[in-house]
Amino acid sequence: MNTRLPRADFTPSDADEPFWAATTEGRLLLSRCESCATVIWYPRPFCPRCGGSEVTHFPASGEATVYTYTVVRKARGEYRDLTPYVVAYVELAEGPRVLTNIVDCDPADVHIGQRVVLAFDAPDGARARLYRFHPETG
Amino acid sequence: MTAFIVGAYEHPRRDIPDLSVAEIHAEVALGALADAGLAPSDVDAYFCDSDAPGVGPLSMAEYLGLRCRYLDTTETGGASYLSHVGHAAAAIALGKCRVALVVMGGRPRSLRRASGPDLSGAPETHHETHWGITDTVHNYALAAMRHMHEFGTTSRQLAEVKVAASLHAQHNPNAFLRTPVTVDDVLYSPMISDPLHRLDCCVMTDGGGAVVVAGRDVARRLQRRSVTVLGHGEAAKGTGTGRPDLSYTAAVWSGPAAFTEAGVTPADIDYASIYDSFTITALMALEDLGFCEKGKGGRFVEDGTLVAPHGRLPMNTDGGGLCNNQPDNRGGMARMIEAVRQLRGEAAPEVQVPDCRLAVVHGSGGRLATRSSAATLILGREDA
Repeated sequence: MNTRLPRADFTPSDADEPFWAATTEGRLLLSRCESCATVIWYPRPFCPRCGGSEVTHFPASGEATVYTYTVVRKARGEYRDLTPYVVAYVELAEGPRVLTNIVDCDPADVHIGQRVVLAFDAPDGARARLYRFHPETG
Repeated sequence: MTAFIVGAYEHPRRDIPDLSVAEIHAEVALGALADAGLAPSDVDAYFCDSDAPGVGPLSMAEYLGLRCRYLDTTETGGASYLSHVGHAAAAIALGKCRVALVVMGGRPRSLRRASGPDLSGAPETHHETHWGITDTVHNYALAAMRHMHEFGTTSRQLAEVKVAASLHAQHNPNAFLRTPVTVDDVLYSPMISDPLHRLDCCVMTDGGGAVVVAGRDVARRLQRRSVTVLGHGEAAKGTGTGRPDLSYTAAVWSGPAAFTEAGVTPADIDYASIYDSFTITALMALEDLGFCEKGKGGRFVEDGTLVAPHGRLPMNTDGGGLCNNQPDNRGGMARMIEAVRQLRGEAAPEVQVPDCRLAVVHGSGGRLATRSSAATLILGREDA
């Protein structure tokens, strides 16, 4: 993945550490409730659907489609000079809709329903890498 | 319900570098009490949210010299004050208090900063904040884009919401933006976050407002015409287990609750004050409150539907958040006060709805594409 967008610059809390540690290994971990089989997003140690506390983790396939998006043309902070960039909800093949960026493409080519693929920022020794998506190629 | 809004006051200024937030709260609180013909010593309940300086309600209640037996600091963003009125009406009905003061105000314009709660400890934060949603508009744009995709809503239709607001604002001497705009003006204003342009966004203003809610025993001995609180509903909508559906808002729950309690339907409504942080915010609320079929909001707002006094549903005759005022980035109070003016027959003459008997006030808060609140009030003329 080739993006100028900012990398992760935060220290995960203890509770979130396993999720973010997996990102450094190139995996997006999803949570599944063993009682009702709901795939839960964002990660938490219980099921917000049935209240179950037995939650297991598995890596996402990385396949997704764009549910909605926006091309940001005016922004603040570390994103201020990086416009235009695309913020999107992508629907993972496993069900959850996840906030992310669509990168490695012309923002004008992004559209709802577009098939996109998971990618991570290049490893840099940090304790977390951001998950982003780019259009499916070929 | 047996409660009444007996006093209301909107701060007349939109840029207030010379007053503290506490002073703004005090000016509007005292303004609403004076409007009602009441004194601070009559107040026994205080309602505010996180824009109040100090510790919850304690600092401001002391500053104003109040002795309260009922306190409520419900915080749902810009919808808070509508919830406060609903809660005050319920508390009055239960005999928990007699005169409730609901106050808000802030200075995002002169302090040059966005206001709002600290989200650093919220559990969702690291899954939502790192991808460049740096302003509220980026979040709402996600909902607007999806609405266009699902229902064919166009930028021209969204622009109609702004056009109506601007036509009203020219008659409000206090409005921040008083120049009428056209659909083309909106479409040719800079794109901020597709599909929302600069003129799809509300203004950022200093200011504030307050209302006084009281029971029938208090209302009947006051000189001023009061407004009846007929119905209230509120709701919160989130992303559930991670499958947010952006086709609707929490108004689908708060609206029916309020209409049912009031025993009326959208067809009975003479005037609407609808939260318009962005044009899409109001358009989706109109659908979800039942003023038109789901997905037909774009068609509904065409042809001057929202333009007072003779449109089918005159909306935000003060100019709304899009043109008049969005004090502290929270528009619920200012919109509610305009509904009070309409029901008292005290709106600007050019936009006063003839024989205005029944109004809906709808607020929303938080962020439409992630987690948001809704609160709906049905208000009636004194004799309603």
